[in-house]
Amino acid sequence: MSSTVTIAPAEQSTRPRPVIVRIVRNPLGAASVFVLLLVVLAALLAPVLAPYSANFADIASTLAPPSAEHPLGTDSAGRDVWSRLLWGAQVTLLSALVCAVVAIAIGLPSGLIAGYYGRAFDSTSNWLANMLLSLPAIIVLLAVRSAFGPSVWIAMVVFGILLSPGYFRLTRTAVQAVRNELYVDAARASGLSDARIISRHVMSVVRAPIIIQTALVAGVAIAIQSGIEFLGLGDPQTPTWGAMLSEGFRNIYIAPLLIVWPALAIGLTVGSFVLLGNALRDALEDSPKVKANRRAVEAAIQAGALTDSVAGVNVALVRPEDVQDDLPFETELATTPQVPDDTTGHLLEVHNLAIGYPLADGTIKTVVNGVSFHLDKGEVLSIVGESGSGKSQTAFAILGLLPEAARIVGGSIVIDGIDTVRPGESIVSQAQLRPLRGRRISYIPQEPMSNLAPTYTIGYQLSRPMVELLHISRAEAKKRAIALLDRVGIADPARTYDLYPHEISGGMAQRVLIAGAVSCEPDLVIADEPTTALDVTVQAEVLDVLRRMRDELGVGIVLVTHNFGVVSDLADRVAVMQRGTIVETGSVRDVLRAPQHEYTRTLLGSMLEGKKPLTMLGEEKETAK
Amino acid sequence: MISFTIKRLASGLVLLIVICALSYALLYFNSSGIARNILGEQATPEQIAAKEQELGLDQPLLGRFLDWATSALSGDFGQSWFTTLSVSNALTTRLPVTLVLITVSMILVTVFATVLGTAAAIKRGWFDRVVQVGAVVGDAIPGFVLAIFLVTIFAIQLGWFPAVSTIAPGAGLDAWVVSLTLPVIAIVVNYVTASAQQIRSAVITQREREFVRTLRSRGLDEREILLKYVLRGAAPAGLTVLSLQFVGLLGGAVIIEQIFAIPGIGQLAVTSAVNGDIPIMMGIVVATVILVIIVNLAVDLANGWLNPKVRTS
Repeated sequence: MSSTVTIAPAEQSTRPRPVIVRIVRNPLGAASVFVLLLVVLAALLAPVLAPYSANFADIASTLAPPSAEHPLGTDSAGRDVWSRLLWGAQVTLLSALVCAVVAIAIGLPSGLIAGYYGRAFDSTSNWLANMLLSLPAIIVLLAVRSAFGPSVWIAMVVFGILLSPGYFRLTRTAVQAVRNELYVDAARASGLSDARIISRHVMSVVRAPIIIQTALVAGVAIAIQSGIEFLGLGDPQTPTWGAMLSEGFRNIYIAPLLIVWPALAIGLTVGSFVLLGNALRDALEDSPKVKANRRAVEAAIQAGALTDSVAGVNVALVRPEDVQDDLPFETELATTPQVPDDTTGHLLEVHNLAIGYPLADGTIKTVVNGVSFHLDKGEVLSIVGESGSGKSQTAFAILGLLPEAARIVGGSIVIDGIDTVRPGESIVSQAQLRPLRGRRISYIPQEPMSNLAPTYTIGYQLSRPMVELLHISRAEAKKRAIALLDRVGIADPARTYDLYPHEISGGMAQRVLIAGAVSCEPDLVIADEPTTALDVTVQAEVLDVLRRMRDELGVGIVLVTHNFGVVSDLADRVAVMQRGTIVETGSVRDVLRAPQHEYTRTLLGSMLEGKKPLTMLGEEKETAK
Repeated sequence: MISFTIKRLASGLVLLIVICALSYALLYFNSSGIARNILGEQATPEQIAAKEQELGLDQPLLGRFLDWATSALSGDFGQSWFTTLSVSNALTTRLPVTLVLITVSMILVTVFATVLGTAAAIKRGWFDRVVQVGAVVGDAIPGFVLAIFLVTIFAIQLGWFPAVSTIAPGAGLDAWVVSLTLPVIAIVVNYVTASAQQIRSAVITQREREFVRTLRSRGLDEREILLKYVLRGAAPAGLTVLSLQFVGLLGGAVIIEQIFAIPGIGQLAVTSAVNGDIPIMMGIVVATVILVIIVNLAVDLANGWLNPKVRTS
C-alpha cells in the first residue's frame, strides 16, 4: 500500500476532455466512482435505510441467518448486520476525511514554506518528515491507544500526522521546481506578493498530485482504521467495519457468512479509493499511449518502397548503380549482395534508408527518407544537418541502436558485406550486428558524461569489452587500456584508469570514449556530434585524436555534425541532410566552395556570417582569404 | 566510506534519542489514568496515590525519562505492570518470531519483485500489462482482508495448515514452516506488486540511459549490461521501496500475527495497548525504532557501495 505520487510536469497544454469524463471512460475509474458513490449514499441515508440503531441488540436472536427482519442476519450480540454496515459507512468515510484533512493541513503549508523560503525551516521540517516516515504506523497507533484510550478520531488525527510527510514532500518538490522558473521571477519582479505568487503559480502545479494523493490516503486511512478496529482496539460503542470483521472472525466456525459483509465493504471501498487514485493519475498526468500498430508499419514499409522509386532528389548523389530497387525482396543477400561490382566491397553501404515512428493514430511519422551513401576504410564521411534532420537516426540505424519504437520503413544497410538491414525488414537485424559491434563497428557519442556508466571506473569500462571481445587476460586488457588512454592524450593514464567518471572533466571523458570506441580495433566508427558538448579548445584536440585514429588505424569514420568547421577539418566527403533526406553530397572541397543546394548555402551562410571559422583555416590554407 | 558510515550512524542515534523522548512523553503524559487503569474502577484515591508513588509517577517527567534511559542503556527496560515479566524478557522471546516472519517475507518479496519488475521492463507487452494490473489490484486489496481470506480457505475450510500457530519455545523447524507458510504468502502477495512496479520503472529508466546504448555499441553481452549496469543503477530505487515496505511490515505484522495467532511481538503490542501496559509498549517502540534505524543504515550503506558518487560526497 505504498502511496507515491510523481509530480506532473506543470500544466498540460492540450486537455481534450474534462477530467471527470476521462475518469469515467476508464472502466476501473468508472467502477470505483460508482462504488464510492454507493458508500457515500449509504452513509448519508443510514438514518433512513437502517432498520435498527447501530447498537440495538436483539438478545433473542443472536447469530441469526438472513431473514426478512434482518436482511443480512445478526451478530453474536443480536445486532442487525445490515444496519451496522450502514452506520459503519459513516464512521469509515468520516475517519478517512479526518485523516486526509489533518495530513493536508500540516503537509501542504509546511511544504509550501519549506519549498518557497528554504533555509532552516526547510532542513528542520525535512528532517521531521523523514522521522515520521520511518515510524511504523500501527505501532505508533497502538502506543497512542495505550496512552489515550480507544477513540477512532484520536487515532485518525495521529495517522493524519503520520501521513502528512507525503503531502509535505509533494508540495516541497513542486514548489522548489517552480520557484526558480522564469515566469515566477517575472511575477516577483512585477511586484506580486509571495502569497499571490504561491496561490496563482504554485497551487496550480501541486493541485493535481494532491488530489491523487488524497484518494490514495483515504484508502490507506480506511485500511488502517479497519485494521485497528479489527485488532479489537476500537471503542466498542462505535459501529465500524473493522469491529464487525473482528466479530465475524471470532465466529467464523459458527457463522462464516458474518465475515463476508464487512470484508467486502472494506475491500471494495479501499480498493475503489486506490483505483480512483490511479484513474486520476492517468487522467491528470499521463499523455496518451502510443501503440505500435504492426499493420501500419507494414503499410509504411510498402509506402517506403514506393518512395524509393521516387527518391529522385537523391539521385544527384547516388550513382545509378547504387539503387537496388529492382532486387526482389526475397533474394538471399546473406553475405554478398548481387549488385554490380563497383558498389560492393565498400565498408558501409546505406541504400534508400527510411526510418519511421508509429504514432498514436496508427500512422507512421517518417524521420529519415531515402538516404543513401557509402564509406570506405580510412575515409571520413560527414553527415551535416540541423537538429531534427534525421542524421543521428541514420547513425543509430547503422549501429542497430535505434529506440525500440523505431521502425525501418524502407531500404537496406550492408556493413562489409553483411546485411544488417535487409530490404523489406522493419527492424535492424541484431543477430547480424551483435558480433560486429565493438569488434568491427563502434560508436563515439555526443554527450561524454552521460555516456560513461557512473558506477564503474574508467579502467573497468575500457578493459571489459577487450576481455570479452578480444579474449585477452584482464592484466593484458589493463595494459592496453592504459596505452589507449595515453594515445588519446590523457596526461596521467595510470591514475585515470582508476578514477570514476564523475571525477574527470568532459574533455577527458570524451577522450576516454574515443579510446573505448577504438579499443577493439574496429574498421568503422560512427561519431555522433563528438565535439558538440566540448569547449572550443578541447574540440580541436578531440578532432586531432580522431584524425590520428583514422591515419594510424585506417578506420572509416561516419561523422555526424551540424558544424561545417568540423566537416572541413576532418571529412573527405560530406552529405547534407534536411528533413530526413540528403539534399547534397560531394567532396568537402566541392561542397564548401560551391554549394549547389539552397539549404547548404543557408547552413554555410549562417556559419560564416560575421566571423571566420578558424578550424576551416587549419587544413586548407588556400581557402583562407 | 568510514566517515560516511559514521555520519549515518550518528543521525540514526539522534533519531533514536528523539523518538524515545517523544514516545516517553506521549505514553506517560496521562499519568493519573495509569494507576486507575491498573487498580480498576473501584480503587480509592488513596490507593491510586499509593500506586502512583510506587510507580514513580509523582516524580517530574524529565527525571523519570533520564532514569529510564540510564537503565535502558544497561539493557533494563523495566517491568510489565500487569505480569511479572521483565520488558527485555518479553521482547527477547517475542521478537525472533516476528523477525523471522518479516525477514523471510521480505527476502521473497525482494526476489519476486526483482524478477517480475525486470521481466516486465524488458519484455513489455502483455507480461508488462499483467504486472501493471497486478500492481493496481495488489495495492487495492488491504493486506489483512487477504490474510483473513487465506486463513478462512486454507486453514479453516481445507485444514491444510493450522489456524493457530504451533510456534512455541523449543518447537521444531516443521512447526515454524507450517505456521509461517500462510502468513508469508499473505505478506508476499500483498507487498510484491508495489515493489515490482517500482523496480520495473527504475529498470526502464536505467535502460534508457545513454551509457547503456554506448555499452551496447561496445559489443558487450546484453546479459552483462542488464546484470551489471542496469540492475545496479536501478537498485537504489528498489532498495528504497523495499526498506519502506520493511518499515510498514513492522506494523503490518501486528495484524497478520493476530489473524494467524502467531506469538510474535504484534500480539504482545496488542495486549499491552489494550491493558495500557506502558513499560512494555515503550520497549516495543524502542525495539521497532532500532530495527528501522538498522534497516535504513543498511540501505544507506548499500547505496554508498552501489554508487561511488554517494560514497564520496
